[in-house]
Amino acid sequence: MSSSTANSTQAQIEIVRRPARIQLTYWQGVGRRLRRDPIPMVCGGILVLIIAAAIFAPWIAPMDPYKTSLLQRLQPIGSPGHLLGTDELGRDMLSRLIYGGRVSLLMGLLPITIATLVGSSVGIVAGFLGGKTNMVIMRIIDVFFAFPSVLLAVGLAGALGAGPVNCLICLALVFTPPITRVAESATTQIRNQDFVEAARATGASAPSIIVGHVMTNVSSLILTYASSLISVAIVLSSGLSFLGLGIAPPTADWGLMLNTLRQSIFIAPVNAVLPGVMILITSVCFNLLSDGLRTAMDVKP
Amino acid sequence: MLWYTLRRVAYVLPILFGVSIVCFSFVHLAPGDPTSAVMPEFASPELIAQIKRVYGFDQPLPVQYFRWLGAVLSGDLGVSIISARPVWGELRPAILNTAQLAIAAVAISLLSGISLGVLAAYTRRRATDRAITTTAILGVSVPHYWVGMVLVAIFAVTLGLLPAMGMAPPDKSGFGLNDLRFMILPALALSMIPTAIIARSVRATVMDVRKQEFVQTLYANGLGRRRIFLHVVKNAAPSVLAIMGLQIAQLLGGSILVETVFAWPGTGYLLNNAIATRDLPLLQGTILVLAFFFVMMNFLVDLVQPFLDTRIKRQ
Repeated sequence: MSSSTANSTQAQIEIVRRPARIQLTYWQGVGRRLRRDPIPMVCGGILVLIIAAAIFAPWIAPMDPYKTSLLQRLQPIGSPGHLLGTDELGRDMLSRLIYGGRVSLLMGLLPITIATLVGSSVGIVAGFLGGKTNMVIMRIIDVFFAFPSVLLAVGLAGALGAGPVNCLICLALVFTPPITRVAESATTQIRNQDFVEAARATGASAPSIIVGHVMTNVSSLILTYASSLISVAIVLSSGLSFLGLGIAPPTADWGLMLNTLRQSIFIAPVNAVLPGVMILITSVCFNLLSDGLRTAMDVKP
Repeated sequence: MLWYTLRRVAYVLPILFGVSIVCFSFVHLAPGDPTSAVMPEFASPELIAQIKRVYGFDQPLPVQYFRWLGAVLSGDLGVSIISARPVWGELRPAILNTAQLAIAAVAISLLSGISLGVLAAYTRRRATDRAITTTAILGVSVPHYWVGMVLVAIFAVTLGLLPAMGMAPPDKSGFGLNDLRFMILPALALSMIPTAIIARSVRATVMDVRKQEFVQTLYANGLGRRRIFLHVVKNAAPSVLAIMGLQIAQLLGGSILVETVFAWPGTGYLLNNAIATRDLPLLQGTILVLAFFFVMMNFLVDLVQPFLDTRIKRQ
């Protein structure tokens, strides 16, 4: 008895001495865990640099990325005036790589954003409604899984014709089915749980249950999954540009640069593979950042 | 078992039907007319109508679809608009070439993926494991067509050891050392992603299995490490197999880019030409056949899996 009183007074003293501990929200907790993980932070930093360089390219790039020079074609790395050498038309590689990030990053991020919006809404609705609606939607989604993703992208882009908008459409189409599937299976698991049942019993409408209960529970899973697709999208969209299905020359784009420099690989092998290094760095960083996000959000795949 | 097989077949048929619809629509997704690529610039309306009639494009879409499907089911994939040769005639040698490359890549990725994965699982959290997992992350993120270019830059241009592109000219001696030399670089580039994914999943699965209680029981029973390893492999095999099947099937798609880098005369190269010349029937036929292989590959994995994992059979 006395000891418990002593404990409680001690606890009170503790409370007085220390300011009450701030209760972290879920996202604050995620942010804190992410900040303490060095690998995703470094990757995030690199990505911020690359993205900032792409946005502020006109001010950062040392030279005009479209200025050709017949005399200075395929200069090696470190030649005077051209830190990373020049390409097959004598354009400055560094400037082109900086400018190239604009299209390449956009082609990685935009399709995933569209696919996440479309895929998660379709998947959540399918999973929440269940029954025949679910079956019909998921069987249609299954058809898209019957194609290897690269093949589907190339086929669609090939049929639609080259160009950035078509490229965007077909990438969004390629990434929507997997996101839909993840959203659907997560929602199916949620919809039969007691709290959803309870919400239904209190008379909540389907839209309000979806927004208030389902979405809050499946969003972290969908988000981490979608983030893991960004690096795939960047590699795939560069691949489409590499095949000449993306943006048209002379626009600077990492995939397209690989394509046009391919013919020069016997003369300047280092220059020819340089744009791929940018694709690799970006893709690895997005991958590791997404891994870190998954750990911080404590999502089990 | 028969019941299970029938159920899988019943699942695959509608998917194949859907695949055929998607492939059919490729031709009609294109802006303008499917024949516009070959149409002379100032073609008269009569000529346009005549060409459309020859290819059957003047019929309503559902009629066109079922006509096309009937032809496909009897083995007729249509006629290439550019070369005017049957699509299947163009496709057959290309499939054989792609298959050669794919088999080599599969062999490389199975061998290296499984051994790296097991090694990483058994050296958990030590330097070897770290090195292997890092390499696997690189392998998943890397654009494999670019790896192909790097390999060319190193082994063909700088060192001059291996041919940079193409296939060995055919000779009478059959498959020989020279064919192999042409194959090494593209096969390596193609095996990159599957190797990394297989290594990753093998590592995760083997680590999971080793944590289970039955392994501790085996240790307690005094079984040798080698016998226990066999038990671990037996338990890890089914889920690893599923991932391997999927990856091998994905190789078909990946080969488009690698074949373009190496000018390997396979399906990817054919597809690339079809896109460049807007030869839509050829594009359609190639994708249909590749998607068919892909579906069948997944179907086979689904069929084989219960033989390895008795737990699936019981469900």
